[in-house]
Amino acid sequence: MSREKKSNRTAGWMGIQRGHNAHPIEWLAEKFIFLVSLSAIVMVFLIFAFVLREALPVVLGKMDSAAVQPVIPVADMDKIPADELRTYLELTPEQFAKINHDTKKMLMESKVEGAQEVPDNPDAKLNTIKWRYLIFPHQWSGYAKPAYIWQPISDIKKYNIIPLIIGSVKTTIVALLFAVPLALGAAIYVSQLANPRAKEFIKPAIEMLSGIPSVVAGFFALIIMATVLQKVFGYESRLNSFVAGIALGFAIIPVVFSLAEDALTSVPRAYTQAALALGASRWQAAWQVVLPAAIPGVSAAIILGFGRAIGETMIVLMASGNASIMSWNIFDSARTITATIAAELAEAVFGGDHYRLLFLIGALLFLVTFLTNMAGELVMNRLKKRLEGKS
Amino acid sequence: MKHRFHKQGFRFSSAFFTTLTALATFLILAILAVILLDALIYGWRTLSWHFVSTIPKKDFFDVKTTGVLPMIIGTSIRVIVMAIFVIPIGVITATYLTEYAPSGSIVTRVIRAAVNNLAGVPSIVFGLFGLGFFVNFVGKNLDAVFHNPSAVWGQPALIWASLTLAVMTLPVVIVATEESLKAVPQGLREASLALGATKLETIIKIVLPQALPGIMTGGILAVSRAAGEVAPILFTGVAYYMASLPTHLTDQFMDLGYHVFVLSTQSPNIQQTEPILYATVLVLLMLTFALNLIAVIVRARVRRKMRSLH
Repeated sequence: MSREKKSNRTAGWMGIQRGHNAHPIEWLAEKFIFLVSLSAIVMVFLIFAFVLREALPVVLGKMDSAAVQPVIPVADMDKIPADELRTYLELTPEQFAKINHDTKKMLMESKVEGAQEVPDNPDAKLNTIKWRYLIFPHQWSGYAKPAYIWQPISDIKKYNIIPLIIGSVKTTIVALLFAVPLALGAAIYVSQLANPRAKEFIKPAIEMLSGIPSVVAGFFALIIMATVLQKVFGYESRLNSFVAGIALGFAIIPVVFSLAEDALTSVPRAYTQAALALGASRWQAAWQVVLPAAIPGVSAAIILGFGRAIGETMIVLMASGNASIMSWNIFDSARTITATIAAELAEAVFGGDHYRLLFLIGALLFLVTFLTNMAGELVMNRLKKRLEGKS
Repeated sequence: MKHRFHKQGFRFSSAFFTTLTALATFLILAILAVILLDALIYGWRTLSWHFVSTIPKKDFFDVKTTGVLPMIIGTSIRVIVMAIFVIPIGVITATYLTEYAPSGSIVTRVIRAAVNNLAGVPSIVFGLFGLGFFVNFVGKNLDAVFHNPSAVWGQPALIWASLTLAVMTLPVVIVATEESLKAVPQGLREASLALGATKLETIIKIVLPQALPGIMTGGILAVSRAAGEVAPILFTGVAYYMASLPTHLTDQFMDLGYHVFVLSTQSPNIQQTEPILYATVLVLLMLTFALNLIAVIVRARVRRKMRSLH
């Protein structure tokens, strides 16, 4: 059989029809198999729907995080509609139905008292969860100039997500700068230059690196690497995006390596043989012939490595220092999107603005990785077409 | 293509770059070795039978009395429950993709895209999904259906953590199973059909048994990946401390990976608790690596078999 037929998945049945009509149970079983196989699609849809569902009130601007809400005088209690009163008192419909008029009155009085206790801050009336405050710098009272600040637990909740995005991006860049050259070098070596015996041993060994749980890589970065790297480079803060980025590199090396190695191996051997016959050295054949042919696969490997790095949680949570500083310096502490969600969600009030905002940045993260995956897949398909077309 | 190769005599750069790539390979292997040896050497000193068989008191930072039994049990149960859900679904999906799906049809392409995407979703997003879907939607609605006075299902629990992990590891099982199904020689299918078996009979009695080692590899890889994951269970079931072992699917549980995180970030005195930390890391690594090693070996065998058959 030729190789082309193998690659065609259903060629195994090669147009053979069933010898007899399928049994009804068999028909049912086939439908069942089909339905179950749709579960992956359903799951992707559910992830998107339910992460977004929790974030939706923020997206639509329906949340209000102002520390001081406008106070309704107790005397006006009977004038406003019941529904409005319920929202004002922050009660669920069931709770609202249970309590009597006097309790409501007491709640309203406590609201008025509560409003007087809030510190006299001009920012207290701001609804800080509006998109304007999430993305653009704001002149907070007490600050010298407009600033990007992530400070969800304070009197005035400041929810600017830009420091988190910068933290994620700079840590990911460090990881890619560290991991991609190493992984590509190893992929070229293993697929093109190493002798087959060494390859049998090296490839599974590098794949073993992906078996190290990220929490262990984080532990290693936190306990050992942070100290060693600080001694070598002599920077100030022990935990920073440089340390986290290097450790993150450990996690993406196996991803980039496997995909790049697959892409390089899938280039027909005739390419190499032709180059060698023309007098090229093995390195020249690998670098000038095989690598250019496999470029789409190699770029897909890097794209998917990026997606993996920006979504990794435990390593950055443990090794990046977690201070939300607005700085591009890789030797400064950084707080990434993933670490923020992991560290803060447990403390956030269920259904509150902080809680929903964490789901919103989670949805953003999902969107970014979804797009990188799509891009990676498109590029990968181009490689396949290219090799099939030429060989 | 227009390529010019340098003259025969100029081999220096070739040798140089070959060495460079070999060095990159060596560096990666060295990193792997350092991480493993570090955990092994320092962890081995504290690791004892007492350590793996003790339920710790509330203060688990005490070197003498602490243990990791509840974490080992918690991690084991959550991956076993996960495997029960993910393996059948993954195997059936892979069976559809390799045996039934008309190649190139839109449905097939969308399923494949979904599987690939699922593999790339960040683990913390799975955690959010588990909380938003399983705990707050499925769980809360179950409570409403059973009229539970207090939350039984609608709170973080073992079952929700396992299901979240099952969604996360679905692509691992699908990809491994597909690979092993493709390795089954076509002749076997044809022979079975020629003897009068239906397609489903052929798949169940001939193809799947042949692919069993590969399917097991997929299951093991999924379990080993899930055993080390912490982010997806942070909000869906893991507990900082529990005095007793989990007895119901609705209980919370302690977890090895999360315990490593707690020990390395919440310790009152990191110098003093470092021995426990190393020992816990070693236990976790032994668990995931033993599984991984088995999977790598089985997979290498399957690949070799596949090559020899075609």
